[in-house]
Amino acid sequence: MNLRATLRLAVQALVRNKVRSLLTMLGIVIGVAAVIITVAIGAGARVSVQQSIASLGSNLIVVQPGSVTQGGVRTGFGGASTLTPQDGPAVAQLPGVAAVSPIVSVHSQVVAGGNNWQTQITGVAPTYTYIKAWPLASGRFLSESDVASIAKVAVLGQTVVSQLFPNGSSPIGKTIIIKGSPFTVIGTLTAMGQSGMGQDQDDVVLIPYSSAMERLTGLTTVNLLLISATTAAQVNPVQTEVTALLARRHRIVPPQPYDFQVRNLQAFAQAASSTGTVMELLLAGVAAVSLLVGGIGIMNIMMVSVTERTREIGLRMAVGARARTILNQFLTESIVLSTIGGAIGVIVGLLGTVLVAQLAKWPTLIPPGWIFASVGFSAMVGIFFGYYPAQKAAHLSPIEALRFE
Amino acid sequence: MSDVVEVRGLRKVYPMGDDEVVALGGVDLAIARGEFIAVMGPSGSGKSTFMQIVGMLDRATSGTYLFEGNDVAKFSDDERADVRSRRLGFVFQSYNLLPRTSALENVELPMVYAGLPSEKRRDIALAKMDIVGIKALADHMPNQMSGGQQQRIAIARSLVNDPALILADEPTGALDTKTSRDVMRLFSDLNAHRNITIMLVTHEPDVAAFAKRIVTFRDGHILSDVPNLERAA
Repeated sequence: MNLRATLRLAVQALVRNKVRSLLTMLGIVIGVAAVIITVAIGAGARVSVQQSIASLGSNLIVVQPGSVTQGGVRTGFGGASTLTPQDGPAVAQLPGVAAVSPIVSVHSQVVAGGNNWQTQITGVAPTYTYIKAWPLASGRFLSESDVASIAKVAVLGQTVVSQLFPNGSSPIGKTIIIKGSPFTVIGTLTAMGQSGMGQDQDDVVLIPYSSAMERLTGLTTVNLLLISATTAAQVNPVQTEVTALLARRHRIVPPQPYDFQVRNLQAFAQAASSTGTVMELLLAGVAAVSLLVGGIGIMNIMMVSVTERTREIGLRMAVGARARTILNQFLTESIVLSTIGGAIGVIVGLLGTVLVAQLAKWPTLIPPGWIFASVGFSAMVGIFFGYYPAQKAAHLSPIEALRFE
Repeated sequence: MSDVVEVRGLRKVYPMGDDEVVALGGVDLAIARGEFIAVMGPSGSGKSTFMQIVGMLDRATSGTYLFEGNDVAKFSDDERADVRSRRLGFVFQSYNLLPRTSALENVELPMVYAGLPSEKRRDIALAKMDIVGIKALADHMPNQMSGGQQQRIAIARSLVNDPALILADEPTGALDTKTSRDVMRLFSDLNAHRNITIMLVTHEPDVAAFAKRIVTFRDGHILSDVPNLERAA
């Protein structure tokens, strides 16, 4: 018996029981469709997480001051006061650098009218909103002339807005007092939510870094340099360039240690992305359970089918079917069922994915590999769950099978 | 030329707990080419067991069975299946046609397992259906046919591989008297005009009366083996 003849026998047998064949297939259809839809949602979520991480600064490079040793006690990174605002423009000249902002951070109380609030005051450059991909909600952002004129202007995060202006009035044009200095609110930021570390990123007041140095810290150095590379691929070359440039500017001669440290956030992005992958696999695992249930459905029906067709099997054996041929026929029946079910499941899954994307406005993405994988897997389900019933059919005694009522 | 079937000292014993049931207690019989033999006996006489062993659906416990001169005991299960599909034809009391499958496809079935190409299968099947007089029903489904017609389909199916032996197990058991006679006449014709060897198993004397030779079983032994001098027609 060749493959074609076996396939023909199997298809004939399935066509003879159309309704039962369709119902059996339904289990696999639902299983495969569930796999495709959940994987599409999972992959879509992962990609959108990746995109938002990219916008948060996967191209971001952070320069911290190095450690200092005073009386044998070494501070951690950032302990030294070695980064100057002048390092910023120098770094900005490097190829592959899209923008640079010095960062000066101070924790301070802010007062507006009758309200006060302890918050993070961050001195930044006008490029900051670009580097952080952080749009304004209202007003304008800090300008180059604000920096040059050491202007007393501020842009508020949403948490600060709600704490200082609880009655919902617009803070634009209002005056807030930071460490005794009056600042005019010129704009507000959109809500950013929590950072990857669980910090409320909206609990912040942005002012020109020059004003922060002049009026709040009184220092000539800054806490950080934030650098944005033009592309993700540029991050590593830029990091090398920045290190070399700052070493030159700070006149560091090996083996003298660097008085700064350059880091990027790609490791964080990778961690977040692998979290997404785990999530995706988890979803697929749940969906695979439904595929498994579909497979058990096939086994169930095939068992019934073998019992119901006992006499038929006996007859086939009497007229010359080998045990192997009977096994192949039943196995082929279940493989055909599960493969066709799988193919229909893919179509249903694709339609369902489109529907989810349209109705729920969820990002979806169908990795093509999963389509082949799920059809392949459903064929395997057919083999796995079809084998036992087929084996049972093949080992029937022809005499007893013929006598079976 | 060797006999189609030759058995010597054929025994079949079924274990039954600590005890055992002897279905065949040493049977000697030869069936020559062109014979039409009826195997008779009450239920439990061993006639069905005998037919199953001769039909290679079951194996003997001991004894020798030569089919066309070959020792069947040496055949593997697959070889026995191949002999069934190429050299034996079966006709059963309950026809055993595949439901929801056309008469033509039912008749073709043994040839599917013998590996014949579909064109050839169709030609042979139609020719054999013509012989048994049901060619016109080729496209009909079994449930659209009378019992007599269904049994003719089954007989056509048993003929397609030009078998050395047709084994008919109570072929008229489910048919009325008139139809029974028609079917038996068909067997007689096939034996007389086409020299087909037939072994018929029945407990009805009226049916056995069509055979040329009547073997009677009782308690696993052959009670009598006589030529049928008063053949029905």
